[in-house]
Amino acid sequence: MTTDLTRASAAELSDLLAQGETSSVEVTQSLLNRTDAVDGDVHAYLHVDREGALATARDIDARRAAGEELHRLAGVPIAVKDVMATKGLPTTCGSKILEGWIPPYDATVVTRIKQAGMPILGKTNMDEFAMGSSTEHSAYGPTRNPWDLDRIPGGSGGGSSAVVASFQAPLAIGTDTGGSIRQPAAVTGTVGTKPTYGGVSRYGLVALASSLDQAGPCTRTVLDAALLHEVMGGHDPMDSTSINAPVPAVVEAARRADVKGMKIGIVRELTGDGFQAGVQARFDESVQHLVDAGAEVVEVSCPSFEAALAAYYLILPSEASSNLAKFDAMRYGMRVLPEGIDDPSAEQVMAATRDAGFGDEVKRRIILGTYALSSGYYDAYYGSAQKVRRLIADDFSRAFDTADVLVSPTAPTTAFRFGDKIDDPMAMYLNDIATIPANLAGVPGMSLPSGLADEDGLPAGFQILAPAAADERLYAVGSALEQRLLASWGGPLLGRAPELSTTTKGA
Amino acid sequence: MASTQIDTEATIAWDDVLASFDPVMGLEVHVELGTNTKMFCGCATEFGAEPNTQVCPVCLGLPGALPVVNETAVESAIRIGLALNCEIAEWCRFARKNYFYPDMPKNFQTSQYDEPIAFNGFLDVELEDGTTYRVDIERAHMEEDTGKSLHVGGSTGRIHGATHSLVDYNRAGIPLIEIVTKPLTGAGERAPEIAKAYVATLRDLLKALDVSDVKMEQGSMRCDVNLSLMPKGSDTFGTRTETKNVNSLRSVERAVRYEMCRHGAILQAGGTILQETRHWHEDTGITTSGRPKSDADDYRYFPEPDLVPVAPSRETVEALRATLPEPPAQRRKRLQGEWGFSDLEMRDVLNAGLVDLIGETVEAGATPAGARKWWSGEIARRANAEGGVSVADYAAERSITPAHVVELEGLVTSGRLNDSMARQAWEGVLDGEGTPTAVADARGLELVQDDGALEAAVDKVIEANADVAQKVRDGKVQAAGALIGQVMKEMKGQADAGKAREIILSKLTS
Repeated sequence: MTTDLTRASAAELSDLLAQGETSSVEVTQSLLNRTDAVDGDVHAYLHVDREGALATARDIDARRAAGEELHRLAGVPIAVKDVMATKGLPTTCGSKILEGWIPPYDATVVTRIKQAGMPILGKTNMDEFAMGSSTEHSAYGPTRNPWDLDRIPGGSGGGSSAVVASFQAPLAIGTDTGGSIRQPAAVTGTVGTKPTYGGVSRYGLVALASSLDQAGPCTRTVLDAALLHEVMGGHDPMDSTSINAPVPAVVEAARRADVKGMKIGIVRELTGDGFQAGVQARFDESVQHLVDAGAEVVEVSCPSFEAALAAYYLILPSEASSNLAKFDAMRYGMRVLPEGIDDPSAEQVMAATRDAGFGDEVKRRIILGTYALSSGYYDAYYGSAQKVRRLIADDFSRAFDTADVLVSPTAPTTAFRFGDKIDDPMAMYLNDIATIPANLAGVPGMSLPSGLADEDGLPAGFQILAPAAADERLYAVGSALEQRLLASWGGPLLGRAPELSTTTKGA
Repeated sequence: MASTQIDTEATIAWDDVLASFDPVMGLEVHVELGTNTKMFCGCATEFGAEPNTQVCPVCLGLPGALPVVNETAVESAIRIGLALNCEIAEWCRFARKNYFYPDMPKNFQTSQYDEPIAFNGFLDVELEDGTTYRVDIERAHMEEDTGKSLHVGGSTGRIHGATHSLVDYNRAGIPLIEIVTKPLTGAGERAPEIAKAYVATLRDLLKALDVSDVKMEQGSMRCDVNLSLMPKGSDTFGTRTETKNVNSLRSVERAVRYEMCRHGAILQAGGTILQETRHWHEDTGITTSGRPKSDADDYRYFPEPDLVPVAPSRETVEALRATLPEPPAQRRKRLQGEWGFSDLEMRDVLNAGLVDLIGETVEAGATPAGARKWWSGEIARRANAEGGVSVADYAAERSITPAHVVELEGLVTSGRLNDSMARQAWEGVLDGEGTPTAVADARGLELVQDDGALEAAVDKVIEANADVAQKVRDGKVQAAGALIGQVMKEMKGQADAGKAREIILSKLTS
């Protein structure tokens, strides 16, 4: 057959598998071969589980041959961000401090993809403990953007987006605390969804900031994102913050792609100044496509968004400083004995391990958070940030009174070069200016490619935001826009990405 | 600082403390709830299991694991709050208390901070002299226990001098309720007694609520004593010390007294009290310095983002209120009246832990006096000889029930057994020989009802003891006792002593 299995979408693979046109083993092996060929350059994976993936594929093929009724995505391989606990597979969160840790349990999301019969290809690279927008903060080296190996793939989930963009997997799981699914999707020309907070279980997701973290799909098409969203989502009694309601009808919305009569709100504060011209141009065209598809455009204002970044960088470090306290060398992971001390105390071992095991960005945020929560500072910092959070939620709620969805460019720029912002935390943080408000308010958001910026020929992202628990609107709008963009491009945007040299460096 | 040079272990006499100072006490009691599972996961809570066998990703704090609140623990907390006359929060949250310690898996304790589940209550405590002291309750909040460190290699079992430490996480995550009093003032010389009585009353209350096994010796109930002194007449609190883990009623009393005398010595010498935690030494009855503690200790509390708020509906609270048992003190008063026991008898019964057993036995048909008599005699001696187990436990282990006592009493009132025979029958029951009737049958215990045999025995005894008989004839009726004894011996104990006396007197007087 002529289909390149590595380029097929999950929906297409699902059909091919169901029709017996291919086998899960064949698909899985093709993807593993692709990884062998390109991941030496891309470095999207921290760990590849060839045997495990092929074993699952063989099992699914056998069950399909035996006539068993299988999940729609059974046999379709997937990559998992290294922040998700996977039983028997290393889980490092991109940190030295967890080097060698093999979790004894699966995250709920991992359990669900296993139950669906999806082979897990491996664990993807990320900024250490999901802190960053470039994967440059991974303790195991950065992932490279398949569009330009000298540029960042976004972060923190650069690995999950790059693995999809470089055709090493049709699907990947990401997590999004301030944009870590959407911003990498934007700069790699792929699709990513951050579901409503509580829509997907966080059990087994190693927490960065508990009140902001949310896992979601990383894919090449909107329909694939919906298919994976459906597998991942739904109530989990192991996560108290999980919403006890059915998963929104995301697949149906993606298939119908109907935006007729929908009101699309352009957020005044998230356009114009500070956004790269080519990114803004692709955004404006995309809005016009939606109008052509029957949507109505309104402008909305969310004045509190200006304080979002400041609030985010108080809430996130505060929660992170507490969440990361457990990494203390007492029970698992790295243990470093302090030099020059004969009989070190537990506290001295903790300190030496945390000093050696955490990177600079992690330390920076732990220090910030510890300070913000300190008595005497709590009200001014953490307390004020919570008030801003309330105001942002109010802004969203007012905006959604006049618009069904809100839209903006996902990130202000296309992918920047390695090293450009690594020494300027503020510049790095500003890359998430458009994505952070959704996390603070718990509303769902999606990024899909809007085209290539004229000035650098790199992908730009289009962000859609919907009210909490109305995730299906993302898929309706995203799918409608995708159809029109594909028609205007004459094929997938990723088809225009430069061919990666297929060395056999191995991953 | 010159003041710290003063020997902190010096004490002054009790009367001298009282002459110059008023104590202010604050008591913090931690209670492990008797739920089947832990506070935030499904692990078992059984005491004494092999180390680290009752653990899971959640209570080990493994990366990615999340807590889920144990609803039964919340219900217990609300019931405790209600029994302590507290208000119950309509909405409250858990908070993280952040500090590093190896026995705390997450390096924060999930607790409650400024939003406790229960607050503003009181507990009335009855003192020896019959007066009542009202202990004001500040709050009762929910939290999880930590693991348990075992320090190996040192002589004291404390971390100082140890070569290494082992940690058992079975206890990590066990639900705790911390009950905190307001500062208790005006106690004066009664402070030690009030402290002890409060903890005892609280223990009885928690037991009646059936929320904890409240075993201080196993650590399921632990008391911290905060104490300060202020000069007599002052209303400005002095600097306090916090004596940790005072784990018996007697120690609570002693620790308060000791700290008062120690504080008194320092203050009288012009020194200042160091704000610190103190270790209580059960064996020597003293406290020693622990770590300095200040109000600036910064636990960086913030609301636990992994849990949703606890918001018990008022209907739920009222439904739980309806499950509250009669308060133990009130119940004791009621039962004492119903049973007609004297204060002394009631105190003995209380001290022996027999209230429930007697209650059940009376319910089953025995007289209160009979129930008290049989449960506090021989069986109490035997239970005590078994290493001080309670009568209830001793009886339960041997399947000795209130029904046995009822049956035994019935054998006496029906005239089949006299008192001494009943004692023999009871001993047989305790020896495991079966029911009182079965024992009486097997041992041939039966009052002889044949007056002829009894009269013959009396005649024989009078003849053999002519001198004693003469004394009775001369009007020394009390001498008949010796004859009755002889008759009973003659009858091998199987006679009604009252009847024997009647016959003897009728033969010798008249």
